[in-house]
Amino acid sequence: MATGYVVRPNRYFDSVFLMGVNQRLARVEGVRQTAVLMASEQNKRLLSEIGVDGADIRAADADDLVVAVVAEDPAIVSSVLAGLDEALTTAMSVTATSDLHTLEDGLRAKPSANMALLTIPGGFVYPEARKALEAGLDLFVFSSNVPVEDERRLKELARDRHRLVMGPDCGTSIVNGVGLGFANAVRRGTIGAIGPSGTGLQEFTCLVHHAGLGISHAIGTGSHDLSDEVGGITSLMALDKLEADPRTEVIAIIAKPAGPATRARLVERLEACGKPVVACVLGSTAPGSAGGKIVWAKTIDAAAEAAVRLRGNRETPAATKPLPALPSTAQIRATWTPSQKNMRGLFAGGTLCYQSQQILREAGMVVHSNAPLDPADLLGPYEVSRGHTLIDMGDEFHTLGRLHPMIDGSLRRQRIVAESVDPSVGILLLDFILGRNASPSPVGDVLDAVVEGQRARSKSDGRLTVIASICGTEDDPQDLKQQEDLLRQAGVLVFHSNARATSFCLELLSGDEGGGDGPEGG
Amino acid sequence: MDLKQKITQANDEATRRLMAGDPVLVDVAPAREVIPGLDGKVITHSGPRIEWRRMCGAQQGAVIGMVLYEGWAEDTKAARAMLDRGEVQLEPNHHHQAVGPMAGTISPSAPVWVVENRVFGNRAFCRQVEGRQQFGEYSQEALDGLRRWRDLWAPTLREALRHIGSLDLNPIIIQALQMGDELHNRNSASSSLFANRMAVALLQAGIPKERALPTMQYLAGHNLLFLGLAMACGKVTADPARGVEHSAVVTAMCRNGTEFGIQVSGLGDAWFTAPAPAVEGLYLPGYAKADAGLDMGDSAITETIGWGAFTLGGAPGILPLVGGTPEEALHHSREMRKITTGVHPIYRMPAFGFEGTSVGIDIRKVVQLNLAPIIDTAIAHRESGHPIIGAGLTRAPMECFVKALRAFGERYKVTETPAVAG
Amino acid sequence: MDPKADNALDHPLVVVNLGLKGFAESLERQGVEVVQVDWIPPAGGDAEMQELLDELL
Repeated sequence: MATGYVVRPNRYFDSVFLMGVNQRLARVEGVRQTAVLMASEQNKRLLSEIGVDGADIRAADADDLVVAVVAEDPAIVSSVLAGLDEALTTAMSVTATSDLHTLEDGLRAKPSANMALLTIPGGFVYPEARKALEAGLDLFVFSSNVPVEDERRLKELARDRHRLVMGPDCGTSIVNGVGLGFANAVRRGTIGAIGPSGTGLQEFTCLVHHAGLGISHAIGTGSHDLSDEVGGITSLMALDKLEADPRTEVIAIIAKPAGPATRARLVERLEACGKPVVACVLGSTAPGSAGGKIVWAKTIDAAAEAAVRLRGNRETPAATKPLPALPSTAQIRATWTPSQKNMRGLFAGGTLCYQSQQILREAGMVVHSNAPLDPADLLGPYEVSRGHTLIDMGDEFHTLGRLHPMIDGSLRRQRIVAESVDPSVGILLLDFILGRNASPSPVGDVLDAVVEGQRARSKSDGRLTVIASICGTEDDPQDLKQQEDLLRQAGVLVFHSNARATSFCLELLSGDEGGGDGPEGG
Repeated sequence: MDLKQKITQANDEATRRLMAGDPVLVDVAPAREVIPGLDGKVITHSGPRIEWRRMCGAQQGAVIGMVLYEGWAEDTKAARAMLDRGEVQLEPNHHHQAVGPMAGTISPSAPVWVVENRVFGNRAFCRQVEGRQQFGEYSQEALDGLRRWRDLWAPTLREALRHIGSLDLNPIIIQALQMGDELHNRNSASSSLFANRMAVALLQAGIPKERALPTMQYLAGHNLLFLGLAMACGKVTADPARGVEHSAVVTAMCRNGTEFGIQVSGLGDAWFTAPAPAVEGLYLPGYAKADAGLDMGDSAITETIGWGAFTLGGAPGILPLVGGTPEEALHHSREMRKITTGVHPIYRMPAFGFEGTSVGIDIRKVVQLNLAPIIDTAIAHRESGHPIIGAGLTRAPMECFVKALRAFGERYKVTETPAVAG
Repeated sequence: MDPKADNALDHPLVVVNLGLKGFAESLERQGVEVVQVDWIPPAGGDAEMQELLDELL
């Protein structure tokens, strides 16, 4: 143990300030005890109690500063004392603290506000949203778990006040070229979109962009808007707005099945629309209205193609270059063993998982999922995949206490490896969603797991075919080309849409005898 | 007028009274002469009512100190036995128009500051501030300090004060707030200004040098001296705001090291208590967080009327206690604005743009914003027998305000009128 | 059909963001005027207190 001290005559410092300096010096590793004091009689007593004494200290008085250090060895003592001047003058770090904690605080700070964006817990949404509506704001409510009766009351109030409620559980909107929530940077144009599905709107807008056209507005309605309890209030208001919007020439709806009464009203309204309309209702078994003006599209891709076509050919900026050619399905199947009959999909985008199921089921396949089109195909939260299985990694079970897979890929990585080493699996299908508020590198988040999975797989016979769709544009904050290249370098086959990726999977699988559940499956 | 309007109006009245205070030092007298009920074997203490057995270590130490100081027992063993047998009556300071720092113990022969509120005519009392006995130390040295106060400094100051009649305290307070004092942990400027005035008074009163000099030295060397006066001013200012029907304004905040208690204007003398919080702070050499006692003292009366931590924005010297940045200090001052009713017209903070201090803590706003009053305070040891060990920041427990709001609702909510029978 | 004069789609957005700071930052990067509110539940989330406060405050 070593002790050392310094006396600085006639250097007055405030006692509280000195306590702070003392605390900083005491944090140095190897320091046992420090004292930073003015040499009053009482303080000199304190010093001798901790074993610090000397003629200089005894001679000092209350106008003199004493700094004493007790440490494990003399080198530490010297170094602490040598740093004393800096400790006495160190600037204090600035931490920004927000003084705004309520909606009222926000409105006082920004009286001209016209939109409130809510990511607060669902149970608190109603009173805050109501206040915002009464203050004349429109709403983007990202929060989920809002009781459906509250959603209805809010939307009725909004309708009375001619305000728009995008949400609850709304992940994406693009209003006036501004992306709200998870949204891609897409060209501004004349195609408008409405829908309860965030990733559905994301993929639609990206596909329109890749076709060389652009988006006027993409209005998220919240996942429950088309239920009969809510009655499509926001969807119908959004339709009114896009119909009245001079910039919008074509309107597309990207949805999942609506409540029957709401569907009927929606169809009626669409039929009466003054602009060309495209409707894509994923997973719907109800036939589209034949012969009417609505163009029914089976997939998001079909919806984008229809919208582009309806917009008519005028000057079109260059469309995005198509991706490099793929190996033939025969070539790929040749690398599989006979037992590799199954496909596994792990999705960040719930709607994309849904669409993939639709495409496979239409071809007669049985597909299991935690978010199935048919309840009979439900895969429980703790169940292991069997046959063809497509998992929505963004559902409540997987996101409990975690960030959404669009931001945090850790759970997906675990599952990627698990599926990869299953000898019955031939195809692993993944989606990657770029855009604002998503992870800086969605591919990077799981790539090592993909590589690890393939490496583990290569120890046994048969190669694993990994297929991916990327939803994004070259203008997104992430580097689209780099994300594609990363995947390709890992041997992943890359597509720009979920439908195309899934169709390719279908081609690969259709060489099998009735894939899915069977003696060989699972 | 509906209920909300009644409450608003009542709060405005209570706050008006808080802002109208005109405190004047009129005497320095032995407690038994001026404090009602403080005669016989009585010791008053800080915080809400608490029995001897439940008192924290430091407060027990301070009480033992007073028993010895009064000569009621020969030694600490006898003192403890006396207290265990319940032979000493223990009373909260607040019930006797008094306040005291840390353990806050006042006994019959202990001289106290006597401050009068010129506007309302009421009085309040506070003992002197020192660094040992009130923190639970009861050694002879610690008690010697009390004896010097009783036998020399206090009577001398009394004589000097008598000579000048009285001393207006607002001029000192207003000036000190603009010189970096916050009047709870930072009292250097106010103590200095007070010492200046009293030095002149001592000379004018012709007090002989053998008493005047040591008294002057006491004043000159004590940079927390004014805290005792500030606390008395706080109490004398807050008391007239009690008992305003429908008012949700806080009239007292205090702690005894075991519990934290508040009183509310529209709820009479009821106490709303919760366990005393820990203090986040800095420690003197040789001490650490594990040694610390919980929040203690009547000194939160300063925050109750808008000084102390409520004026952190104006007290740069306290910055290290609050994490060290001017931005955070201003942040705290802005936060306290949100839970108070009014802005003081004459107590101002230069670093806060010379705006007035925040006055009139509203229990409804505290609960609504989940924002409790912030307090900066000294720290005592958990156990008896130690002097001051540190200083830091703490918050009044939200539970006190929740309990008070519940009681407020029970008392003032409009109840349904029963249906008239056909 | 409901053609409204004050159409949300027409004018520049001025946003109050209650909750996740990242969403506000994303808007700032897009050149949108936004104020960040570090939102906390009223009455600390205590429903009994909130009900009481609805009548008193």
